[in-house]
Amino acid sequence: MPEIKKIATRESYGNALTELGKEHENLIVLDADLAEATKTGIFKKAFPDRHWDCGIAECNMTGIAAGLATCGKVPFISSFAMFAAGRNFEQVRNSIGYPHLNVKIGATHAGISVGEDGATHQCLEDIALMREIPGMVVINPADDIEAKAAVYAAYEHEGPVYLRFGRLAVPVINDRADYKFEIGKGTVLKEGSDVTVFATGLEVSEALEAAEMLEKEGISAEVVNIHTIKPIDADLIVASVCKTKKAVTVEEHSIIGGLGSAVAEVLCEKAPAKLLRIGVEDRFGESGPAVELIQKYGLDAKGICKKIKNFME
Amino acid sequence: MNNEELKKTANEVRKSIVTAVYSAKSGHPGGSLSAADIFTYLYFEEMNINPKQPKDENRDRFVLSKGHTAPGLYAVLAERGFFPKEDLVTLRHTGSYLQGHPDMKGIPGVDMSSGSLGQGLSAAVGMAAAGKLDKKQYRVYSLLGDGEIQEGQIWEAAMWAGHRKLDNLVVIVDNNNLQIDGCVDEVCSPYPIDQKFEAFNFHTIVIDGNNFDEIRAAFDEAKNTKGKPTAIIARTVKGKGVSFMENQAGWHGKAPGEEEYRTAIADLEKAGEA
Repeated sequence: MPEIKKIATRESYGNALTELGKEHENLIVLDADLAEATKTGIFKKAFPDRHWDCGIAECNMTGIAAGLATCGKVPFISSFAMFAAGRNFEQVRNSIGYPHLNVKIGATHAGISVGEDGATHQCLEDIALMREIPGMVVINPADDIEAKAAVYAAYEHEGPVYLRFGRLAVPVINDRADYKFEIGKGTVLKEGSDVTVFATGLEVSEALEAAEMLEKEGISAEVVNIHTIKPIDADLIVASVCKTKKAVTVEEHSIIGGLGSAVAEVLCEKAPAKLLRIGVEDRFGESGPAVELIQKYGLDAKGICKKIKNFME
Repeated sequence: MNNEELKKTANEVRKSIVTAVYSAKSGHPGGSLSAADIFTYLYFEEMNINPKQPKDENRDRFVLSKGHTAPGLYAVLAERGFFPKEDLVTLRHTGSYLQGHPDMKGIPGVDMSSGSLGQGLSAAVGMAAAGKLDKKQYRVYSLLGDGEIQEGQIWEAAMWAGHRKLDNLVVIVDNNNLQIDGCVDEVCSPYPIDQKFEAFNFHTIVIDGNNFDEIRAAFDEAKNTKGKPTAIIARTVKGKGVSFMENQAGWHGKAPGEEEYRTAIADLEKAGEA
């Protein structure tokens, strides 16, 4: 197999912000003492006047962003998902969501792929928390290309957007001329006839690899990239499952409240089908190298393949 | 406006507060009444605002961080002509734009939605920082409760405002010394409030917040203070102007009944004639 380029989507976030900053004077980047880790440091280098460090005070950062948005600025607030969505939930809900302010939330270090820092820093609940807020768009990009496209789209979108990025370098899978990103539109990456695998974030590349393994076992899996968890692409989900009759969701998030739940909501109402949710079971994460944790939690291609095989029997 | 005119206007604002809360059969009269003089001074004397252009980008901004005293804000906005005074009786009614807590999306003149205590000041700080970045002349005012400053986020915001030397920001603490569960110094003392803000690099001024001479002097001093934000600690009387509500924690979040409403209006009518 040829060597695949790997880039962490947090890196893509920092790079995309810097590109946007060149064109848009009204873009302000806020960070809470994590500029090195969230990669907004790249933006800071280029635009020191428009990169504001709020110190270790995420809730205040969120309110500052709300105030900025009322003055026509487009602020991107940046922190780890645990703090951007977790600690901050009520600030995001009441100071950004309720007045529907044009604030973008760049949440890095989501999921167990945070690795060694362990459970306190591995946010597995952010998608659930954020998609609950009326008017909030929730995007979980799969790779570098998609992450950058998501940042550009978030800037253009009028209203709050939650962007979920990872710490771990992940394969670039969308590097093709006809790649197009549209908020709320999923993409069929591989067609299949026996089961549809809806994946999001870094699990998209794992799901694609799992589908190849399944093919060898005689199972034809359709792989759909759901980068936007909200608004969810209900039409695509229904159309695909009406064809394959079975659905699997794969995410680096709790199986409660994330992509699995979003897809279940759509299918239960519009096209009931057998569903398997793959993700982190109802538990906290732990310390360890990211790749090992992904394997341990059965979220690598092999683990996904095994679970789908059992599900198909 | 001279002090006599301000007093008359504040009295009208107080009547509107009592009437709106009476009509809503719920709401927060105590802290609305204590801050009525500050609301009046801000909207009739201090702030550069235009009811005809509530979204003018050069306007001064106001964030009611103690959002539960929305009746006070709505009363002064209506008095100033942002929306019809008759609408005040729809406060908290189903379908009314006058929500229980300030809603910037639906209410002309409301610069920020608020109500969850501790959050408003951060937004005000963001507005002030945007003004600095854009080299605009507008000023930003935020009214806090003395119970509200028990929220940690207030001090996050204060730290950053002091750090960034936001001298276009004025924080007013409505220091009526009462919160739902009792006296603030008995529940969880925030005192000394002025020294706390000083420690966060604010210029501080302690005044009688129900005295227009002192209110005027404080805002003038704030305007002349360069290189740091100002915090005005306004000592006020909760329920001010309504005899049976004054200094009673019980009137923090309760509407008057019919008899009480008549007494309240009679008190205020009397004050208006004086």
